Amino acid sequence: MSLSNQRPAGGIFARDRAWQPEALTPQYKTSVARSPSRALLSMPQTLSEITGPVFGHNMIGALDNDLILNFAKSGESAIGPRIIVYGRVLDESGRGVPNVLVEFWQANAGGRYRHAKEGYIAPLDPNFGGCGRCITGEDGSYEFRTVQPGPYPWPNRGNDWRPAHIHFSLFGQGFAQRLITQMYFEGDPMIWKCPIVDTVPHSDGIESLIALLDMDSTIPMDARAYKFDMVLRGKRSTLFENKLEGN
Amino acid sequence: MQSLNRLKESPSQTAGPYVHIGCVPNFCGIEGVYPEDLGTAMVNEKTKGERIKVSGTVYDGTGTPLKDAMIEIWQADADGLYPSPEEHRGTADPNFTGWGRKAGDYGTGEWIFETIKPGAVPFPDGRMMAPHITFWVVARGINIGLQTRMYFPDEADANAKDPILTRIEHQNRVPTLIAQKTGDGAYKFDIILQGENETVFFDV
Ligand SMILES: [Fe+3]
Repeated sequence: MSLSNQRPAGGIFARDRAWQPEALTPQYKTSVARSPSRALLSMPQTLSEITGPVFGHNMIGALDNDLILNFAKSGESAIGPRIIVYGRVLDESGRGVPNVLVEFWQANAGGRYRHAKEGYIAPLDPNFGGCGRCITGEDGSYEFRTVQPGPYPWPNRGNDWRPAHIHFSLFGQGFAQRLITQMYFEGDPMIWKCPIVDTVPHSDGIESLIALLDMDSTIPMDARAYKFDMVLRGKRSTLFENKLEGN
Repeated sequence: MQSLNRLKESPSQTAGPYVHIGCVPNFCGIEGVYPEDLGTAMVNEKTKGERIKVSGTVYDGTGTPLKDAMIEIWQADADGLYPSPEEHRGTADPNFTGWGRKAGDYGTGEWIFETIKPGAVPFPDGRMMAPHITFWVVARGINIGLQTRMYFPDEADANAKDPILTRIEHQNRVPTLIAQKTGDGAYKFDIILQGENETVFFDV
């Protein structure tokens, strides 16, 4: 076996930890007791990290990407500003990543989650569950329809509120690309007051989590559109390796 | 000069206390949207290999169990093959998903996976790694998912030669990566986020 063959194909770019939040971010109080205090241990990537589960398009139900209808009673729909969220999942080389399972969840238009541990006084919407999912197309594209979530207060410092946001969970091709993040909305003044947003160390990083209003993609008299691209860790090209298949 | 035109990975944000809504909605009472929560069943009656149960609890730096954590595991099949397109050594058992997802119990924080014991997988230089399961932990207060590995207590010889375990400088921390055997085919793997017995987490 030649040296260049020893590395498994498809290694993943090193994660830029300086770009990512630190574990310990005291302004977000829950991180204080939940952050590892010792340095992460570096290790070479092995098959255990560069492989990952695959999800087929056939597991996606017809309403999985429609939060306005997927929990609603027949003939009814969720209350709130109707929006389409769309974009692409890219890797750090700028390539669209196909077949990414994208899961999303959010509060309703009043800022209330459908969850046993949720205590905000804003009411539940009987027609809104708050979860959806889809799988990216060949070019990494995805889209879903929902209502714009409301901001909500949370117990942290005396008067902390989350900006309106949608949570996202992404699977790349390798388990080391696994990522959970949040999307914010252009123009929301709460973004810059939020201690969870503030865990992101660079303002460019924060900006990369803010979706833009896209009037050109709006469906007139129906739903406005927000464009939100997400980026997963890149994959090394298999230069100088025996290619079993294209990358 | 030219530019590499690289993008930056999207910054991670905490999964928050309501990760269940998006990832295990049936578990948290949002029924009727998905037929079942993803990652619930890793095996079926035709899956090859030794059936095992892996349970555990995630603890914070004060020793308090996390009741809002979500755990995902990823592992090879009984022959050491991954059910992934990146697996070029052979075809993994079609009756094994390799991937599981569980939320901690609301009352106790405990989670349980029903799976099979994985086979050994090679390290990039060809040496074999001891059988192991990759863990990924998210929760409120965790800003970026934590990755670790569980090894098996009944694989002492393989563990002693494992290319990852042997490269850990602080060998007194290796036991944090080895499950306890609690019965026939039953293992317990607690994850300690912080403090004296802090689990080794990896930067992969
Ligand atoms: Fe939230």
